[in-house]
Amino acid sequence: MSILIKGGELINPESGTIEQSDILVERGKISKILPRGTIEEQGPRLTTINATEKLVVPGLIDMHVHLREPGEEYKESIATGTMAAVAGGYTSVACMPNTKPPNDCRSVTEFILRRARGAGLARVYPIASITMGQKGLVLSEFGDLREAGAVAVSEDGYSVVDSELMRRAMEYARYHGLAVICHCEDRSLSEGGVMHEGVVSTRIGLPGIPAASEEIMVFREICLARLTGTPVHIAHVSTKGSVSLIRKAKEEGILVTAETAPHYFALDHHALMGYDTRFKVNPPLRTPADVQAVRQGLADGVIDVIATDHAPHSAIEKDVEFDRAAFGMIGLETALPMTLSLVREGVLGMVEAFRKMTCNPAGILGIQGGGIKEGAPADLAVIDADIEYVLSEEDFHSRSKNSPFIGMPLKGRNDLTMIGGRIVWQESGKHTGC
Amino acid sequence: MVEFNHKDLLGMGQLSVEDIELILDTAESLKAISTRDIKKVPTLRGKSIVHFFYEPSTRTRTSFEIAAKRLSADTVSLSASTSSMVKGETLIDTARNLQAMNPDLIVLRHSSTGAPHLLAREISASIINAGDGINEHPTQALLDLFTIRERKGRIRGLKVVIIGDIAHSRVARSNIIGLTKMGAEVTVAGPPTMIPVEMETLGVQVVPNPRDAVMGKDVIMLLRIQLERQSAKIFPGTREYAKFFGLDRQLVSRAKKNVIVMHPGPINRGVEIIPDVADGPYSVILDQVSNGVAVRMALLYLLIGGKQSVDLD
Repeated sequence: MSILIKGGELINPESGTIEQSDILVERGKISKILPRGTIEEQGPRLTTINATEKLVVPGLIDMHVHLREPGEEYKESIATGTMAAVAGGYTSVACMPNTKPPNDCRSVTEFILRRARGAGLARVYPIASITMGQKGLVLSEFGDLREAGAVAVSEDGYSVVDSELMRRAMEYARYHGLAVICHCEDRSLSEGGVMHEGVVSTRIGLPGIPAASEEIMVFREICLARLTGTPVHIAHVSTKGSVSLIRKAKEEGILVTAETAPHYFALDHHALMGYDTRFKVNPPLRTPADVQAVRQGLADGVIDVIATDHAPHSAIEKDVEFDRAAFGMIGLETALPMTLSLVREGVLGMVEAFRKMTCNPAGILGIQGGGIKEGAPADLAVIDADIEYVLSEEDFHSRSKNSPFIGMPLKGRNDLTMIGGRIVWQESGKHTGC
Repeated sequence: MVEFNHKDLLGMGQLSVEDIELILDTAESLKAISTRDIKKVPTLRGKSIVHFFYEPSTRTRTSFEIAAKRLSADTVSLSASTSSMVKGETLIDTARNLQAMNPDLIVLRHSSTGAPHLLAREISASIINAGDGINEHPTQALLDLFTIRERKGRIRGLKVVIIGDIAHSRVARSNIIGLTKMGAEVTVAGPPTMIPVEMETLGVQVVPNPRDAVMGKDVIMLLRIQLERQSAKIFPGTREYAKFFGLDRQLVSRAKKNVIVMHPGPINRGVEIIPDVADGPYSVILDQVSNGVAVRMALLYLLIGGKQSVDLD
């Protein structure tokens, strides 16, 4: 069976081009990319997808999600999480290791991959924990984990407190070809805090988390990257100080990359004024000046990646007193419209925006995807950039509904997701996969 | 006549100057009830009030109980240890169950900031915040405003200094909002570890050293030093605190001659205040407690008293 995607505006972040081209998909791969209207529209089993006035982009890649399986399937499962992913235009996601049990050994990595194959939706790339049980004491078996299919290591949710252990983790991960992703938080400064420490926390009487808690660890990881010569990736950058530390490190040639998430460029700590736990996230929503710095960092390339930090939590964790509520928000189904808003506001060019959601994370993780070229697996998304809509709880495919963007006007939506030539999601008629 | 158009009292921020004046005026007219032989009027007969205290409290809880009873409301009291919270029930579930019994008002004291706001969103009974986490304690601020107005005849233009652990004090935050709203000039003092960031944005002056901060003040308001905070690394110990930040006679003498000294209680004698100041002529600490009953009666009346007038005869 072959599929012709015609009439769309093809955005190729890898080559940096926007073309008016049609794509022919055969046997799961992109077989032809030719100028609009020049591909023969006949053939025995040809399906045609009309992408007129739509964008055709490489399937999005999210290098920071929480799929909650094994252990917390009531919040999300690999099946529901990857369903949310394909609905949002993602064809690949990298899942963080803080499951129950944590992904610190071969059997958990294999389990995740088996469940992902069973779900048959987005490609799943497991990220293993740096230390056994995320306890910060003994390194996980990186070699075995790599063999089993892990692509990176991260202690997500924590920083490795012991600096020597972190140094050794970097050296050892590099040997095994694993990317190192750093959650930057000095817990001794952030403990007890539930929102950014600043004018709003002072006003509404919630214990604060200072920006320094993040920045201290960003600086340490940069120092260790320089010491070890290992590339490190800084997760969910949220402060002006972090952006400036990473900028300087890059100028000095240190191998550091960085990501942020839509809530850090779209929302600030004033969102907490009503004690709505949907806005409780770690790192916390910061000040408007931090938001501005994150946007600037995205614009000038200091921040390489827009990830989601998709963190599903159920009403059990969220419909409680603010300080008892879990940190985190879902993001797979809203990251695309939020990123397109950056394009409309002139922060990012269209190609650059999609780089940060496709080839940049692919390059950091060393995984396939991120481009549109003949011979490559047909991982694609077709996007309607102009449609305006409002999401309600029922619209989400994630098992959890903790989105800060419910009820907000959004613009731009994924219409179709194709993975390996298979259409796994179509907005009209909803999902077709499984 | 000014109307009181609030379902709940969650914080001082929601009140206008007129609201606050109405509460204080109402409290003034109700205060006499507490000194009568028969300290009871039928105003809230048939109304039910739940006192729901997740945190320990002596003054506030007793004060609310007495206020409700003097207005003839029926009251029920719950504490964390006697409620289903110990069985793992969530706040929302407990509240919904209470709501199902149709009380008119719930007074909530809770260790979490925003807990009364959560409750107010969930249920239709009126909610009074009797202290939420480190956020607000509006009825304390109102009784403090009442006491200041009673002693000084006004609030506008007065110079007030609040000394102590501002960062972890719901009394401080509510008073700062209330006092600045009513036109007082507020200064806060205390070790920098106890002053929240960007404090000036709340409209107060920060003068850490109490010796400078008390100069020319009409009101000195002390906060209880929570001894358990020592483990939170914010001060070395009570001896050092008393020496550098405790209120003694010498410090009082730097304020105005007719200064009043306030404290929300419970006091740590010899820590934030030395005994002869606590018991001395400047002290209005026990007036605050008496006035608390009147102010809480006023709030109960304004929130659930409907259109009935108070029977003062």
